[in-house]
Amino acid sequence: MSQYVTFSLGGSLYGVDVTRVQEALRSHVRTRVPLAPPAVAGLVNLRGQVVLTVDLRPRLGLEPLGEDAEPMMVVVQVAGEPVSLLVDEIGDVMEVGPETFEAPPETLDAALRPLILGAHKLDGRLLLVLDVDQATAA
Amino acid sequence: MEDMDEIVREFLVESHENLDQLDQDLVALESEPGSRSLIASVFRTIHTIKGTSGFLAFSRLERVAHAGENLLVELRDGRRSMDQATTDVLLRLVDTIREILRAIEVEGGEGGVEIDAVIAAIEAIQAIEPGAEPAEEPAAPAAAPVAEAPAAEAPVAAATPEPAPAAVVPAPAPAPAVEALPAAAAPAAPAPSPAPAAPSPAPAPAPAEELGTLRGGAADASIRVDVDLLDALMRQVGELVLARNQISRLAGGTDDVDLARSAQRLNLIAGELQEGVMKTRMQPIEHLWSKMPRMVRDVAAACHREVQLELSGGDTELDRSLLEAVKDPLTHLVRNAVDHGIEASEDRVAAGKAPKGVLGLRAYHASGQVVVEVADDGRGIDPEKIGAKAVQKGLRTADQVASMGQADLLQLLFLPGFSTAEVVSNVSGRGVGMDVVRTKIEAIGGAVEVDSTVGRGTTWRLRIPLTLAIMPALTVECSGDLYAIPQVNLLELVALDSQRSESGIEHIHEAAVYRLRGELLPLVSLSSVLEVGGERPENAVIAVVQSDQQRFGLLVDRVLNTEEIVVKPLSARLKAIGAYSGATVLGDGHVALILDVQAIARRALAGELDVAARDAHESATAAAVRDSQQVLVVGIGGGRQVAMPLASVARLEHVQADQVEYVGGREVVQYRGTILPLARLDRVLGAYGSEETSELLLVVYSRAGRSVGLVVKEIVDIVDDDSARHSDIEDAGLVGSTVLGDKVTELLDVRRAILAADAAFYDERPEHRSTYDDLPTQVGGSELVGATR
Repeated sequence: MSQYVTFSLGGSLYGVDVTRVQEALRSHVRTRVPLAPPAVAGLVNLRGQVVLTVDLRPRLGLEPLGEDAEPMMVVVQVAGEPVSLLVDEIGDVMEVGPETFEAPPETLDAALRPLILGAHKLDGRLLLVLDVDQATAA
Repeated sequence: MEDMDEIVREFLVESHENLDQLDQDLVALESEPGSRSLIASVFRTIHTIKGTSGFLAFSRLERVAHAGENLLVELRDGRRSMDQATTDVLLRLVDTIREILRAIEVEGGEGGVEIDAVIAAIEAIQAIEPGAEPAEEPAAPAAAPVAEAPAAEAPVAAATPEPAPAAVVPAPAPAPAVEALPAAAAPAAPAPSPAPAAPSPAPAPAPAEELGTLRGGAADASIRVDVDLLDALMRQVGELVLARNQISRLAGGTDDVDLARSAQRLNLIAGELQEGVMKTRMQPIEHLWSKMPRMVRDVAAACHREVQLELSGGDTELDRSLLEAVKDPLTHLVRNAVDHGIEASEDRVAAGKAPKGVLGLRAYHASGQVVVEVADDGRGIDPEKIGAKAVQKGLRTADQVASMGQADLLQLLFLPGFSTAEVVSNVSGRGVGMDVVRTKIEAIGGAVEVDSTVGRGTTWRLRIPLTLAIMPALTVECSGDLYAIPQVNLLELVALDSQRSESGIEHIHEAAVYRLRGELLPLVSLSSVLEVGGERPENAVIAVVQSDQQRFGLLVDRVLNTEEIVVKPLSARLKAIGAYSGATVLGDGHVALILDVQAIARRALAGELDVAARDAHESATAAAVRDSQQVLVVGIGGGRQVAMPLASVARLEHVQADQVEYVGGREVVQYRGTILPLARLDRVLGAYGSEETSELLLVVYSRAGRSVGLVVKEIVDIVDDDSARHSDIEDAGLVGSTVLGDKVTELLDVRRAILAADAAFYDERPEHRSTYDDLPTQVGGSELVGATR
């Protein structure tokens, strides 16, 4: 069985391995980083620690979130450092079995292929498993 | 102990620690007899003690350790397996070593510690056939000498009342520490106890206590602290400093006297704490110095040099991480100085110097930085050779080199791919060049300088910040974001007053410049470097910053204040952008990026740094000229001197005579991608008797994209011209004459001379050329050489 911290992004449900997640919280004030790749949403002060924030929307080829919408942050550990992911909404922690898992279809956009490890077939919807390392390697 | 040798002291502290570890290892070894790593660890410890004691001439200690080592070799090589008797005797060995160490600590010498007994015990163990069953019998011979031990130890552990002679070695008491009478515990740690640490220090208490009150043991005066812990402390102090900044800000905005007082107190305490914690990370540069004599000796021997090393300022302290970072560059500079700087003895004698070269290493504090100097009295660096080498390697063109000053030429040493060593020797020239030294020093926020006089020697100077973790910085605003500029890079601030349009920013094509005290300062708009857009507000501020050799103005929207910031590392992918050196959390909790001024200079200023520096230098010269009405005095051959207003001179160039080509009977040279017409002043003014030389010296005038070169024989001087002394003797091409430096000097009619070279020079818009300035380096392209204002 695998446990995932789930969140929604552009209407889809994504999951990140629960062992990688440090915390989930409201978005903080971000300091933008000029000249940085587009996926870098800025730096936040997380209890005195400067943490890089990655906006998953451009990574996943989605339109930017509206001006007044307030994204949430999922802080994950990447190579020993915390990195915060911007997501639309945070969902539950889900436990799913390997039998529901399937690799991504051939038709998936080549740009997204490295980011999405596969999908768990849930009742009525799919849980897309995100490769955290790839998603943050902006 | 005050007079105890530092080395002995270190040896004692280290050995005490090692012995504690040894106790544990030996006991663990007994339960895990086959563990090679444990045996190896024990062996290393004993071996180290043996080696050091031999070096320090503690012969008894050496003998004991040697005996133990012999036994351990057998264990290590698998010729003997660990058994209880062996463990016992090894633990006795440890205790004996402790006794000796204590004697050294107390008396300064080994004293009369009895060692024969334990050596005999070790030899007795070794005498037993390795394969034999290590039962009761083998234990017996070991036990006998052990029984003697307490008596032997008596002189040292004199304070221990009546050592009981009854310690039976193989007594496997499960918990001797509990029931142990002090006396029973005293003799030599009966091994297999699960708490070996308890018996072993037992003999110590009495003497140690006496000692403690009298002098304090070597092991007590200092403790070893995990570096990670210190780093964590440093981080937390950093946080505290931030919190303090925040509170100070709050307190500054209220009338609450109590709050203000408390904030002030907090301020003080946090400051002292910060200083204290920073001190814990400080290490004297002596740590590096101490390795130098040996290295210099080896390098000198390898290169057949005689070198006398002089070290000073070894007590100058530096953050340990910085010390580590300085090690390699310093090593390189020292090797380089011995190999290339100092000449062979016979050469030195021939040059009238002492046969022995002097290499001085000096460290000192200067303006919040630590300066480390490596100075030799060797042959010095010949700037011309450097220039030639740079041309040969294709790093610079001959033209570029010809117009460079000495200091600029020396800067070429730091270019990647530059090495002046004719022959790649074993000592230096292994691909580690000065560029690596510079890169490494810059990486820690420092700088490298070099001074050299041919025949007199070379001095390399490393400027290193005291610490990296906390530094003063200026916070500035740009397009709504806050950035921090390290104070070390900052020279001054200039507020642009929008009301006075005259004092504003001027442009040379797209390149913005600002007249700072009569000199053109290239301006870099932070918002355009960072590509964040935004309009420049009315009251922008220029932060004049210094990067490496380059000075420029960073245009920001607003300056907030200076504060101590805590540098937080940036993730590698943001560092790779090459504009930020880190991030910090400001007093209000916002994250601000720390600008990497060096990187921004490289990003924004198209010209390479050293070229830019030269230009800056030249424009500085030009600026000085404007202020003081100076003239350039040149010789044109035939003993005649001609003066021309320096303000109208663009630059001086050397060209090879064979580079001169002809266009329709006129002499020209190719110059910066354009054709430069020449006029030979001697011919224009009718001075004869000057012979042809292989190199031509040009005084270049430029205007509106056109340049001409006046060929002169020599540059005599730059002097102040007192116009009151002009006479009006006129001749073709002259506007008068004057006396400069006791010599009649003719004043050149520059316009005429130029027209002699290029008749069309003034065709478009004749105007006075008194405000020439070099172009700022952002203007690429060779079509512009200057501008006029």
